[in-house]
Amino acid sequence: MDFNLTREQELVRKMMRSFTENEVEPIAAETDRTSEYPAETIDKLFRYGVMGMVVPKEYGGAGADDVCGAIAIEEISKACASTGDIVATHNGLCCGPIMKHGTPEQKAKYLPMLTSGHVGAFALTEPNAGSDASKGTTTAVLDGDHYVLNGSKIFITNGYVADIFVVFAMTDPSKGTKGISAFIVEKDFPGFSVGKHEEKMGLHGSPTAEIVFTDCIVPKENLLGVAGKGFSIAMQTLDGGRIGIAAQALGIAEGAMAKAMEFTKSRVQFGKPISKFQNTQFKFADMQVAITAGQYLTYAAAAKKGEGKRFTLDAAMAKLFTSENAMKITTECLQMFGGYGYTKDYPIERMMRDAKITEIYEGTSEVQRIVISGNIL
Amino acid sequence: MDTYNSKDIAAFKNVWVFCEQRQGELMPTDFELLSEGRKLADELGVKLYGLLLGDQVEGLAKTLGGYGADGVIVCESPLLKDYTTDAYAKTVCDVVKELKPEILIYGASNIGRDLAPRCAARLHTGLTADCTHLDIDVEQYKSFLRENSTLDVDGSQWDEGDRNLKMTRPAFGGHLMATIICPKFRPCMATVRPGVMKKAPFDAAKSEAVEIIRPAFSLQEEDLETKVLAVEKSARKLVDLIGADVIVSVGRGIASDIEGGIKIAQDLADELGGVVGGSRVAIDSGWLASDHQVGQTGKTVHPKIYIALGISGAIQHKVGMQDSECIIAVNKNSAAPIFEVADYGITGDLYSVGPMLLEAIREAKAAK
Amino acid sequence: MKIIVCVKQVPDTTGKVAVKPDGTLDRASMQTVTNPDDLNAIEAALAMKDEVGCEVIAVSMGPAPAEGMLRELLAMGVDRAVLVSGREFGGSDTYATSQILACAISKIGLEKEDIVICGRQAIDGDTAQVGPQIAEKLGIPQITYVAGIEKDGDKIVCKRMLEDGFMKIEAQTPCLLTCVKELNQPRYMSIGGIMEAYSKPYEVFDYEALKDSPLMDAESIGLKGSPTNIFKSFTPPQKGAGTMLKGADKNTCKELAQILADKHLI
Repeated sequence: MDFNLTREQELVRKMMRSFTENEVEPIAAETDRTSEYPAETIDKLFRYGVMGMVVPKEYGGAGADDVCGAIAIEEISKACASTGDIVATHNGLCCGPIMKHGTPEQKAKYLPMLTSGHVGAFALTEPNAGSDASKGTTTAVLDGDHYVLNGSKIFITNGYVADIFVVFAMTDPSKGTKGISAFIVEKDFPGFSVGKHEEKMGLHGSPTAEIVFTDCIVPKENLLGVAGKGFSIAMQTLDGGRIGIAAQALGIAEGAMAKAMEFTKSRVQFGKPISKFQNTQFKFADMQVAITAGQYLTYAAAAKKGEGKRFTLDAAMAKLFTSENAMKITTECLQMFGGYGYTKDYPIERMMRDAKITEIYEGTSEVQRIVISGNIL
Repeated sequence: MDTYNSKDIAAFKNVWVFCEQRQGELMPTDFELLSEGRKLADELGVKLYGLLLGDQVEGLAKTLGGYGADGVIVCESPLLKDYTTDAYAKTVCDVVKELKPEILIYGASNIGRDLAPRCAARLHTGLTADCTHLDIDVEQYKSFLRENSTLDVDGSQWDEGDRNLKMTRPAFGGHLMATIICPKFRPCMATVRPGVMKKAPFDAAKSEAVEIIRPAFSLQEEDLETKVLAVEKSARKLVDLIGADVIVSVGRGIASDIEGGIKIAQDLADELGGVVGGSRVAIDSGWLASDHQVGQTGKTVHPKIYIALGISGAIQHKVGMQDSECIIAVNKNSAAPIFEVADYGITGDLYSVGPMLLEAIREAKAAK
Repeated sequence: MKIIVCVKQVPDTTGKVAVKPDGTLDRASMQTVTNPDDLNAIEAALAMKDEVGCEVIAVSMGPAPAEGMLRELLAMGVDRAVLVSGREFGGSDTYATSQILACAISKIGLEKEDIVICGRQAIDGDTAQVGPQIAEKLGIPQITYVAGIEKDGDKIVCKRMLEDGFMKIEAQTPCLLTCVKELNQPRYMSIGGIMEAYSKPYEVFDYEALKDSPLMDAESIGLKGSPTNIFKSFTPPQKGAGTMLKGADKNTCKELAQILADKHLI
């Protein structure tokens, strides 16, 4: 059993750390304040091969393993969870299912786009189908050489910036989950439009929107996988996506803890830095245990995925554990900042707002508990 | 080959200073180096020569004499008009090989630091970069160490007859000092940091008495492998906070006269070659643009000199500047937290202290 | 055409610097980094590679762990790396170091259109001497303090910084440049580069590999062959606690200005 990162994984961490410190951290507060999509940063992440990093070299990717993928998201999220979310969604939820379920033609067409500047997204959630994805009402009807999609999807990360969407729609509503199919949809397909941009509590830099299909024409060859297998593709994709969210949650927690350690070392109250109080020290000790444990859970899930083993349980445990701890750790760190923490002069309140979503999206904590218990009982 | 042998220490004598000129004007460092060279030559009981290269520069020799040179070795050629590594290195090396000085020091300018290593490599001798202190005499060196080091000077063994040049310089970003010697080769060479050595007063009699030496040297167009296409003086580049050596920052204390307060800071910054910064209050109140902000939400800086005028020192400001090399704080409130991180504090009104400090700095600089 | 870049792994003097009681540096407790100016040299070479498609080779003299740094440079896009490492090279000053690096460069081979690039200076020694001394040993022209490069066949024109302006200098290749920070902004490693870093050509040149070079002089390498020696090393006295100056008048300001002058801060 080897708990060490490989040389490449260590280098990815070093590279991403340096990138984050210089390119992501300086604009994180501004990104949050203006809710502006960090387009320049994402362009750079394409140039450095982070967007689509797990895509094989033959399709223009770097061929990085899943642990590298998780580390990249973790490092970015230390400074900016929004940017981490954009990358996680692109890599895990768009490149991921196309790599796994795409035909050779689909891979040859879309993966090079997804590694050279075209942002990807994943569209499953609907107003009445959140945790219960089987209740979707978006339909896809085969009409000659194409499908016609109608309906809308909400809370779509990268919604108004993406060029390529993996979309789930009912091809046979009578069959429930067995009637769902997956499609690759380009934003320029006739009948595709972007709806409302969401205003969120956190993740302000992550572009979330509704997307709408009005007699949207999708070529038949853009059916992803087998018709009727969409639900299974969605669930498998979310298993992988959860590793990304676990990594994002880890990054938020680590970023908050680092800020809090720095602050408590210089903040003097009652004649000494507050880091000298045992109350503070014990809190940091507990945070460190949670972070390290979360790293092991997350990297182990990623490694299993890379080895082609079943990792549904591992991903759910990693996501549940790291997201709940991210919320807990950011809350406690904010407390250490006292009144300063509640102001926008410090990044800690943003980190706390950003942390909350990790307990909700790509399967709420409750859904993770269903998955975990379902796998062990 | 010639008979030159850098290991034949006994064959070398006298101290030389490479006297840099640009467009026919001597550099201020030349005078500092001659003054320091004079001291070394006297300790060794030898002569001090300036080494002057250029095109029609002999007229500068008297000035060099006035700052301590017994003689000036003048090498003139149209090919030496603008500095080029090739022409200068060839000339310096040829003359050194012929006249064999035991010590040769250069100013650590961009030119000195280009020329000296090239010469040292060609002459097969040692070179110490960017020195801040030079000694021959062991007693003098010991007293320097007593003041400037934590070494047990008097509990150590010393060779009192040691006549090597002891070249002291900062290393590792100034965290360590190292004294370097070059015991087996000559000439012993060093570049010396500009502005560190003290310039002696001009001696008119010595200026008149200066001896001119014109050694034979050969320099052809073919010796030049590089060509100077243009020399341009540039307007001083604007410095950002992070790159600045000096930052003068203002805070809430300038509220009563914002323009006046900023002017005081700007004048000080201009005098010291620095830039103006501000605390959060100064930026949030719109007194300064946001790129001037030092602190948690602004920039983290570590200049050589940080002057805080009317800044109380809230934690978000301190984290951005507390690693500065020398922090000076001026504040009316003697209990202001800024004084906890300041190297030097003055309890007073910035509107009166600021201009007085500017005046005092001008005087101190003029006296150097 | 190829570009050979000389790089050095240095202790990170911008962070916490640990000094042992005897006045020497506690290197073991310090982080190592690629010398910052050398990254500008690497970037200059990679930018030229992007433009004209030349080969970029990184050369470093140092102990075995410097491999880690060279792998990072390979991950940035360098094509080939050479570590010059051997017991015989230990303790070399700038003269001896440049002698050894010149041997390594001539072993790699320097052709008509090739360029050697170094950083201006390393943050541990701050000497800025090794670049020019390599150029001298190789017998090629040098341009130091380079803040701009234009290459045209076997001619190169550089903007060379002076304290009060700059020069435009033209040289024939092969030549050596030392570059300043202002030249460029170094790139990061790329993910693709990282995945290839451990499979790109990597060699170690030891003394055996270099001893037959015509430039090698066994008498002038290592501690014994170095013309300069460290006579003493020491720490400056500790910075005391802050001083509150008395008064707030002219004399107070004069006192402060004098302190700044004595410390060579003004």
